[in-house]
Amino acid sequence: MSIEIRGLWKSFGTNTVLKDVSLDVPDGELVALLGPSGCGKTTLLRILAGLETADAGDVRHAGEEISSRSARERNVGLVFQHYALFRHMTVAENVGFALRVRKRPKEEIEARVNELLALVQLDAYRARYPHQLSGGQRQRVALARALATSPRILLLDEPFGALDARVRQELRRWLRRLHDELHVTSVFVTHDQEEAFEVSDRIVLMNQGRIEQVGSPAQVFEEPASPFVMRFLGAVNVFQGHVEGDRAYVQDLEFAAPGGAGRTPAHVFVRPHELEIHRAAVPGSLAATVSRLVPLGAAVRVELTAAGNGALEVELDLRRSEALALAPGDRVHLSPRRVRVFPASADQGDSLTASGL
Amino acid sequence: MTTAAVPVPRAPRAGWSPGVLPGFGLSTGFTVLYLSVVVLVPLSTLALRSSALSWEEAWRIVASPRALASYRLSFGASLAAAGVNVVFGVLVAWVLARYRFPGRSLVDAVVDLPFALPTAVSGIALTAVYAPNGWIGRHLAPLGVKAAFSPLGVGIALTFIGLPFVIRTVQPVLEDLDAELEEAAAVLGAGRWQTFLHVLVPILLPAALTGFALAFARALGEYGSVVFISGNMPLRTEISPLLVMTRLEQYDYAGAAAIAVVLLGASFLILLGVNRLQAWARVRTGRA
Repeated sequence: MSIEIRGLWKSFGTNTVLKDVSLDVPDGELVALLGPSGCGKTTLLRILAGLETADAGDVRHAGEEISSRSARERNVGLVFQHYALFRHMTVAENVGFALRVRKRPKEEIEARVNELLALVQLDAYRARYPHQLSGGQRQRVALARALATSPRILLLDEPFGALDARVRQELRRWLRRLHDELHVTSVFVTHDQEEAFEVSDRIVLMNQGRIEQVGSPAQVFEEPASPFVMRFLGAVNVFQGHVEGDRAYVQDLEFAAPGGAGRTPAHVFVRPHELEIHRAAVPGSLAATVSRLVPLGAAVRVELTAAGNGALEVELDLRRSEALALAPGDRVHLSPRRVRVFPASADQGDSLTASGL
Repeated sequence: MTTAAVPVPRAPRAGWSPGVLPGFGLSTGFTVLYLSVVVLVPLSTLALRSSALSWEEAWRIVASPRALASYRLSFGASLAAAGVNVVFGVLVAWVLARYRFPGRSLVDAVVDLPFALPTAVSGIALTAVYAPNGWIGRHLAPLGVKAAFSPLGVGIALTFIGLPFVIRTVQPVLEDLDAELEEAAAVLGAGRWQTFLHVLVPILLPAALTGFALAFARALGEYGSVVFISGNMPLRTEISPLLVMTRLEQYDYAGAAAIAVVLLGASFLILLGVNRLQAWARVRTGRA
């Protein structure tokens, strides 16, 4: 294990931001800490970097307890959201900073700076100052600077947060390729699920100071461990229902559900692309009225209203949508292909932005 | 597909463009007029006054041993005082910007006192404290340090009146400083001292230079507080502004103006130099 975190607690005044967090990051993996703002992900990253100290708990790098070591003794690379480049130094001076303060010989610094600038494809910009670079270029300089001492761990705090959409897209792919080349254990913080899915090997979902789920992108999306994860990873429709035995009921629809004792209220979650639209009533379907059609390029989002459930949304591919030829006002029937059932008590949906409800 | 004629965008007017805000002519015209009335015209009368003297006479006055000694003291003590103020001003600004302690707002207010005090009051107060029988002077005298009535006294007075400048120019820069820069330096392995030297000092340099220039200029023109503490001994503790005053009291307006012109020219050159240095530092820190 490259990073082992055990029972970490941290509070600022009366505000507890990390509650008993434990996490393992294997060697060479790229892990995303994903969650809404205020969930504690940045604090966790800063504790790993040595910029904050935990109130309780252990942090080990490669088996070594490092809680007592200061930031400068940890040899981790850290990339900030707003780059934090030294504006009075050229690109080359910024990249070589960590080696200069370690008093390495000039030739060695020179060689390493050249190597890193080639890696981030900024050889031509070595004599420029940060204010003469674009945001994407600055972030690449920041990354090269963080890698200068070949750190054991690379930490990235919302590295693409300050960039515009297209640059962000490019940099994500580039970061992934870079990681595949270098295999440095990396932890990166983001609130953007698309970014986490595209870049990381594993995703750590955090909410209100706790880890909700850890898994591969496919795992957390397909088998969400909690209503929070379900709601955070994309749009979802929520139906109020109840569980009895190993069956869940929504109005007169019936689904398989994890066993529960007696009758308890439950929320039934269905992703927009897992709802089927039919013109005619089929067994196990629910009546609804089309209210709006939103073209999304390769897909169409259909917004509907259903008695007792309010607004719903369904995502159809273009061909299916053309075959149905829907128009606002049409009466249709919806049948879920796949549902996920959670007890209503586990769901604090109001703290989140989930569409479809 | 046919290519339609694309309208060629009109080339921007060659040469210098005044920017989007109107009123360049008006505001510049006013600035020139204002500076002329307030600064240039009074200063040129000074040159005019001194032109009543012949070259030989003027040279005899401005290059007299007494005058030369006063330049040395005035420029030397002003530069030294401004230098001391840069070092300790940055320190005070650091404490005020970085730490929250009881009485901080009191300290913050005390910093501006040298601005508000009539200079004669400062001079009397400093003399009382640093004179051989004063609170501090009493303890310095046995050590062989003569604080009042010596060039050192001049330096003390000039340091006192120049104190606020560096603090007030550096403090806002320190307060705006992004904490991430220091964190980045720490994570990259820099110690506190290395971070200060390689990261903070270059950022503070332009503001500190501004403070230095202001403190220096103020010290050079200072008269009221110095005459009390210096003792005004010709060739030893007599500053140039005092020499000007002495000439004026003898109704020698032309002689006074001649010395003043020398002071003016020299301080203009020094301030110009500091400004150039500042511009260079600013370009380097990317805030050109």
